[in-house]
Amino acid sequence: MENATLIKVNDLVVEYAADKKTVQAVNGVYFELRKGETLGLVGETGAGKTTIAKAILGILPDPPAKVRKGEIEFDGQDLLKLSGKKMSHIKGNEISMIFQDPMTALNPIMTVGKQISETIRLHNKMSKAEAGVEAVKMLELVGIPGERYNEYPHQFSGGMKQRVVIAMALACKPKLLLADEPTTALDVTIQAQVLDMMNNLKQELGTSVLLITHDLGVVAEMCDRVAIVYAGEIVEIGTAEDVFDRTAHPYTKGLFQSLPALESTEKRLKPIKGMMPDPTELKPGCKFYDRCPYASEECKAEGMRARDLGNGHLVLCKKTEEVM
Amino acid sequence: MGTILEVKNLKKYFSTPKGELHAVDDISFKIEEGKTLGVVGESGCGKSTLGRTILHLLESTSGRIIFDGEDITKVNKKKLREIRENMQMIFQDPFASLNPRMSVRETIMEPLVIQGKLSKTEIEAETEKLMETVGLARRLADSYPHELDGGRRQRIGIARALALNPKFILCDEPVSALDVSIQAQILNLMLDLQEERKLTYIFVTHDLSVVKYISDEIMVMYLGQMVEKASSDELFRNPLHPYTKALLSAIPVPDVHAKKERILLKGEITSPINPKPGCRFAARCLYATKRCASTQNVAEISEGHFVACHAAVENKKKEEVKEL
Repeated sequence: MENATLIKVNDLVVEYAADKKTVQAVNGVYFELRKGETLGLVGETGAGKTTIAKAILGILPDPPAKVRKGEIEFDGQDLLKLSGKKMSHIKGNEISMIFQDPMTALNPIMTVGKQISETIRLHNKMSKAEAGVEAVKMLELVGIPGERYNEYPHQFSGGMKQRVVIAMALACKPKLLLADEPTTALDVTIQAQVLDMMNNLKQELGTSVLLITHDLGVVAEMCDRVAIVYAGEIVEIGTAEDVFDRTAHPYTKGLFQSLPALESTEKRLKPIKGMMPDPTELKPGCKFYDRCPYASEECKAEGMRARDLGNGHLVLCKKTEEVM
Repeated sequence: MGTILEVKNLKKYFSTPKGELHAVDDISFKIEEGKTLGVVGESGCGKSTLGRTILHLLESTSGRIIFDGEDITKVNKKKLREIRENMQMIFQDPFASLNPRMSVRETIMEPLVIQGKLSKTEIEAETEKLMETVGLARRLADSYPHELDGGRRQRIGIARALALNPKFILCDEPVSALDVSIQAQILNLMLDLQEERKLTYIFVTHDLSVVKYISDEIMVMYLGQMVEKASSDELFRNPLHPYTKALLSAIPVPDVHAKKERILLKGEITSPINPKPGCRFAARCLYATKRCASTQNVAEISEGHFVACHAAVENKKKEEVKEL
């Protein structure tokens, strides 16, 4: 396993301008992703997961989105400072992204083979024929027979479409793959196939993956490390083992307790009370304060600092000792 | 407690340009009052159609639906409307199923207004009571659906379903669109309501951990047919149908130490249009042999455990011989 850092996100702040208010979507996020590693980004709807990924790829719609602060160091350069031209060389070539809904990511009136070979030709000097051969290889790599090169997206099922999208994303052998809920729209048996395939591909190609998901089961299966996102902050990050077995943040703990466990005989779940705070009216101090069973006055104070529990296990909470 | 709903040989076919689509094919079961039957299966297996046919929202092709002693496929419109007061439905997407131009109060009171049995003041009092029952703050009465989050919208859907004090509620993926922490709140609410009001639920979902948690009995569907049905514990402890086994093994478990033997299915669901006789799962089944081309009827293997599979029935017979 290589340990070199591939991407380092430092104090990232992203805001969206809404009518008269400002949505504070990402509030000082920092993390590192090493080569060949899979980092899970876990959180609920509106936590800011997708915004983080889009900021990395430089595809946030501006306006309304604005990156206010921070650095995204990728391979020794700050992506946020790159020119549009340089960034478009990286996009799809060194960093690519797959989205939740495969149908909206594919062009309905172009054959899947053409879509893949086009991506390849955009980033590599290749003849159409060569790119076509390469595209067939990619299709076969994700488990689709090469004969289906000339078929259109509507001729594929959901699981197969997601494979096409993955083939396209990996066609240029990117160093980093941003996968935004890649299996959420799929059925469990198909999800199992796709996850299995992604794991194999990752080993074969050595790609680093930032896996965005809300499913802790998928995380347990796929990720080396996990970051838990709440209200635009990473509240806990560490190896999957640390986060699952030595949970340090009350929100992470709440998430686990909300899940109906297969082996449990409990008659009632333990939901987290209340709801996520309004991102236009975030208070200083701990964002989880209102919902936290451990909260006390000191948690309201400004200037929350992440604490290092060792082994890169960081937590944004003053009450960790009580939680653990 | 007696049987509240009995379905006998229910079929629902749709005619399509390519032929007959067998959405629900010869399904029979009974539910006891106050119990929950979970219906699981992948997209396209006919689980939602089954639900809608039971409520007679879709006219069945053949078969009987006996609710509270009355065959609802045979009654006239007026009578059906009376029966429907006792059969309500909660939908997956509370946003799509709520009228965006009706306030929370108007939405919840609508069934009572249409029923026309209560006076205006009584209806208003009842509406307030319903809001309290499902945990909606009174200040939200004049809000509109777009102002509320998914969890609250689903609470409106539940309040509306409860308005006429039904005996039976069909829940079609009621928590699938919600985040886990909110999902847990809604599931707990549904269980509380069931206890208080002796409600009977059919709970249609693709989420197996949710279904185990909420159901007394579970039915597994594949391509319009019931392949297995058993009590919730029995099904998870002792799944007999190869499809059920694959489905259960595909659930991602939120535990980093879980090393599971996963049964990866080949291929995907075949077309439900003019299906061939014989086992519909055979094309993906690891144990399929020639005999699977002939139809296996649903057999009761042990008390309350039904399965439609040649191999499962045969194994059971072998076991019995051994025991003798």
